Amino acid sequence: MATLDNSAQSEFILKIDHLVVEVPTGARIVNDVSLELKRGEVLGLIGESGAGKSTIGLAALHYGRGACRIAGGSILLDGVDLRKLDAASCRDIRGRRVAYIAQSAAAAFNPAIRIIDQVMEGPLWHGLMSEPEARAWALELFRALDLPNPDHFGDRYPHQVSGGQLQRAMAAMAMSCRPDILVLDEPTTALDVTTQIEVLALLKKLIRDFNTAALYISHDLAVVAQVADRIMVLRHGKMVEMGATGQILLDPSMEYTRALVAERKAADKLSVISTERHDKPVLEATGVTGIYGTFTAVKNVSISVARGETVAVVGESGSGKSSLARLMVGLLPRTTGDVKLHGVTLAPALKDRNRDILRKVQLIYQQPDVALNPHQTIGEIIGRPVAFYFNRTPAEVKARVAELLRLVGLPEDYAGRLSTALSGGQKQRICIARALAAEPDIIICDEPTSALDQLVADEILKLLKQLQDDLGVGYLFITHDLGIVRRIAHRTAVMLKGEIVAQGPTAEIFAPPFHPYTEKLLSSVPEMRTDWLDEVLAKRA
Amino acid sequence: MKLFGHKVPFTAQLGMAIILLNACVAIFGPWISPFDPTDMIGDSWADADVTHWMGLDNLGRDILSRMIDGARLSIGLALMITLLSFTIGIITGFTAAVMGKRVDIILSRIVDLLLSLPTLIFAFVVLSVLGTDIPVLVITLAILDSTRVFRLARSVAVNINALDFVEAARLRGEGLWWIIRKEILPNAVPHLVAEFGLRFSFAFLFIAALSFLGIGVQPPDADWGSMVRDYRDMISLEGIQPLYPAGAIALLTIGINFVVDWILAVHSNSTTTEP
Repeated sequence: MATLDNSAQSEFILKIDHLVVEVPTGARIVNDVSLELKRGEVLGLIGESGAGKSTIGLAALHYGRGACRIAGGSILLDGVDLRKLDAASCRDIRGRRVAYIAQSAAAAFNPAIRIIDQVMEGPLWHGLMSEPEARAWALELFRALDLPNPDHFGDRYPHQVSGGQLQRAMAAMAMSCRPDILVLDEPTTALDVTTQIEVLALLKKLIRDFNTAALYISHDLAVVAQVADRIMVLRHGKMVEMGATGQILLDPSMEYTRALVAERKAADKLSVISTERHDKPVLEATGVTGIYGTFTAVKNVSISVARGETVAVVGESGSGKSSLARLMVGLLPRTTGDVKLHGVTLAPALKDRNRDILRKVQLIYQQPDVALNPHQTIGEIIGRPVAFYFNRTPAEVKARVAELLRLVGLPEDYAGRLSTALSGGQKQRICIARALAAEPDIIICDEPTSALDQLVADEILKLLKQLQDDLGVGYLFITHDLGIVRRIAHRTAVMLKGEIVAQGPTAEIFAPPFHPYTEKLLSSVPEMRTDWLDEVLAKRA
Repeated sequence: MKLFGHKVPFTAQLGMAIILLNACVAIFGPWISPFDPTDMIGDSWADADVTHWMGLDNLGRDILSRMIDGARLSIGLALMITLLSFTIGIITGFTAAVMGKRVDIILSRIVDLLLSLPTLIFAFVVLSVLGTDIPVLVITLAILDSTRVFRLARSVAVNINALDFVEAARLRGEGLWWIIRKEILPNAVPHLVAEFGLRFSFAFLFIAALSFLGIGVQPPDADWGSMVRDYRDMISLEGIQPLYPAGAIALLTIGINFVVDWILAVHSNSTTTEP
């Protein structure tokens, strides 16, 4: 029997049995989840936010975030139950045997310490290496992760390198103690698609080269499919199903998984809206340039939006697409060019524009959480533009607020509530209602769905579309998500480094001949095939 | 005990009781005072007895009555100064945060200038030049104190001002007054309430110090600070009279700080546990 036990121990580096994690109210955020991980194997954890996937990932380090408490089950690391260890032994295991890679590298690094010192910290703290050894190993990892100028990369501070580089530096930090298990918590979600593909390829190579077992947590099935051997689908803290990656993608057995797969596949090839509008442009920018200090964020850009039309601006972070929005509304005064509303030139700065002009162009923000004043009721938030622009009596305002709430699909009695009590999707609906309250001609949407879950985002998009059909409002829709663009945009502009590199009807932009950057952007969107990453990399090499 | 959904620890309860007691004494002073605080009713430095619980002072006035009368002046002045300094500090601080770079630089440099002057010495100079009327005293101290409030109000408002809902208000075309009053102030209140308690106790101590030095409240009026000054000679005669007003000053200051500590703790908890 003893020998059997030993062989079982060495086969599974991690074995989680009937794990239960609770919050102080007693609610179970992870309920009876079991999984096994062989040496060198990668298990993907898939689910929407609140599915408990990060909590399981952290449980592998025997760590409960915030007030979470591991309440039941066992976590066997190489046969040793972490739940039976004291705090000091757990600290010894964390980082050394199980390492964690977080979603936001920018938030995970100490901004005041050089990168190399943070990467060397693990081996030194655990007493695994001498300082010169740790330094040499860190440089080797930088080289393995393809970081620019690896010998001097670590001398920089976290804010001095790009997001993708910092995420790779975090991978180096996680590998610094040569752990048995890596927990990767959405490691590429915060990155642009073109950066994501690089980081994804390097993470895959790293895991393969060092034969490290890994838990790969993500909400994007297509990303996980590139890395994972097996996939576990989670929902509301429970396992839905687990299977080999190919099986989950091609032949999922559970209804929920089928829905997830179908939806993700649909986003890949949604039919392009072909109806091109020929209305006269309402909001039109010609040759505009916007400068922050010495940095030119927007260079000589021309774009226009008509009533009832959606014009998408796509680009990666830092491409100047949000700056373009700020420039249109006057928050960033333009230095050259012209912005016209109904053929009338607008003043560059916000303070020189009159109330009626401000009314006609509204803005919807990315983060509904900070776009609503937490100390005002919904009624005050939506009612203010009504009273401000149209001089209505309080009774009229109240009636209009009720009407607007109905329009965005919320109950009328929400008017008396504070926005803090609402979910993200509901908050975004309030933001839309506030914009509509001004009865605008154009709404500029700055990544309105990026902060939301996929299903919620989908509903918001449908609402925006519905409102456009009913009210004829035009959208300047800023996004990094090509799936959304294909779905809702009549015309599309692709931005790169402050300039528009391609512009035209969406159908033409997404069909050959491509602009090289558009092609790169398109080919970087992960597809629902296990061999997609290798294929793209082979093609690019 | 719970207040606004937060558990109130014993120290904070004690602090609240002390503040409440002081407030009652200040408000109802004339009705609960056993004697006229300015009447000379006996020998100077008469010992405490059944009718005169704290004894009589240098001019034979009842010390307890003078203490009750002094509470009104001490607390009332500190309250006026703090209210005025917060009004000035919040308006200028928010304006600096909201109006943009140029206004911010001008206001901040003026405040830096005032902050660079030692408060006590500056107050000395101003009060000796302009005289020691109570309005002069209040306005001088309020302006000096408002520089500290400005700093806090500005930094709080700068953070709130960067949030999207303020930008949304600005895009709507709202004026400065609306943005300050409706968008920023309600979100800044938790920070400012704790600071109010703290600044109140500083103002309270500062007046006491000025009165003790003889440039604060002038006779025949008396606050607790000037009473300490009047009675200090008794220290060498082993009298405990100076300890009554000094103790009252210490007690109220400690009480306020207990409550402030609690407010700050509640506030920092609620901000750190937010996702």
